[in-house]
Amino acid sequence: MDAAKYLFNYLIFPGFLFTAVAGLLATWVDRKVTARVHWRVGPPWYQPFADMVKLLGKEVIVPAGAKATGFLLAPVVGLAAATLASTILWMVNLYPSSSFIGDAIVVLYIMTIPAISMIIGASASGNPLGILGAAREMKLIFAYELPLVIVMMTTVYKVGSFSFEEILGYQSANGVMLGSASGVIAFIVAIFCAQAKCGMLPFDIPEAETELAGGTHIEYSGAPLAVVKLNMGIMFFVVPVFIITLFWGGVSLDGWRILTTILKYVAIVTIMVLIKNTNPRVRIDQAVRFFWGPMLVLSIIAMILAVLGY
Amino acid sequence: MSLALKALKKSPWVFHVNTGACNNCDIEILDALTPRFDIERFGILLVGSIRHADVLLISGPVTRNILPRLKRLYEQAPKPIKVIVIGACGCRCGIFRDGYNIIGPVDKFLPVDAYVPGCPPKPETIIAGVVKVLGTL
Repeated sequence: MDAAKYLFNYLIFPGFLFTAVAGLLATWVDRKVTARVHWRVGPPWYQPFADMVKLLGKEVIVPAGAKATGFLLAPVVGLAAATLASTILWMVNLYPSSSFIGDAIVVLYIMTIPAISMIIGASASGNPLGILGAAREMKLIFAYELPLVIVMMTTVYKVGSFSFEEILGYQSANGVMLGSASGVIAFIVAIFCAQAKCGMLPFDIPEAETELAGGTHIEYSGAPLAVVKLNMGIMFFVVPVFIITLFWGGVSLDGWRILTTILKYVAIVTIMVLIKNTNPRVRIDQAVRFFWGPMLVLSIIAMILAVLGY
Repeated sequence: MSLALKALKKSPWVFHVNTGACNNCDIEILDALTPRFDIERFGILLVGSIRHADVLLISGPVTRNILPRLKRLYEQAPKPIKVIVIGACGCRCGIFRDGYNIIGPVDKFLPVDAYVPGCPPKPETIIAGVVKVLGTL
């Protein structure tokens, strides 16, 4: 019985099906807002779904120089990990009793796996541009994980626990983290880290359409490319939910709180899309310097403020 | 009509190949992709890798050097793929037809689905060509 329930949670709600639909709609919001910034109309709402169906119907090519197993399995591993992160996040938000000790750490680690799977897939593709993208992705992970972990620690320090249940309970009892000075600074740093985690400009260095021609997913075609795109959509859905859970009182689906949940999510997504549309791509050394310089200093200031009680 | 073809009609991703054009058609292709014409309304995107492409936009007559690359590019593309030739040179070699390094128009080497003549064709013409190719699906 329990197994069936977990399977339902993982595959249907709030797992794969829900997350995939929401993630694809999120990529549509991204494209539509981008279009409005460019002063044009933009694609219809079903565009990401049409892309998915089309890619599933195309030929799948495994390049001659590729290791087929790693090349084809990597996107699936990433998809499984992104879905798992989303499932845990939504379960602890909807049913706080399903939280377990240290689930914040688990989600933080699982959210790194899609990026690592892209490194594996690109390295297995045998394409020099793909391998260059993989190297950049690896450096980018090292760059943004450090400030992200520190800003997560500000919340954890205030709450005194690594479990999402207590983080959410603390926020509903004492007001959201965004209400405090340390929370605001941590939120800003987290948004920039999310930008890099979702592979959006100015930190889409591993993909870099104009210089690496797709970078980490240059050799993917057909169904594996659909999985890669779905993966990015799901990450674009999961990372903002993670930030909302840590700093903005979590998400909910009962009654009027659906509306505030959607508003919180769209607010974060709009900020990210505006950053994306107003900044050019940076070089990888500039990105590392940005995250280990200003962002690290800001996150340490947030940590000090949190320790001092602000 | 199958679902995959219907979806292909809604999201053709284009890949741009220059086989020896004078760059004029390429400028017009880029013009067709600008916000002014907003072809993302119809799901058309410019992709950087041939593996992601559904439509090849080929501009220019085929030169001796580019031929092996052009053939290889076509083989690398995931099928079904549509080929559209942009500009008079790609269609009939244009003013370069007597050139020492020109070995023929594109349709001598690849199956072509649509020709968009002009020197260079206007962005509106290019969009009309893409629409006609999608109509044949």
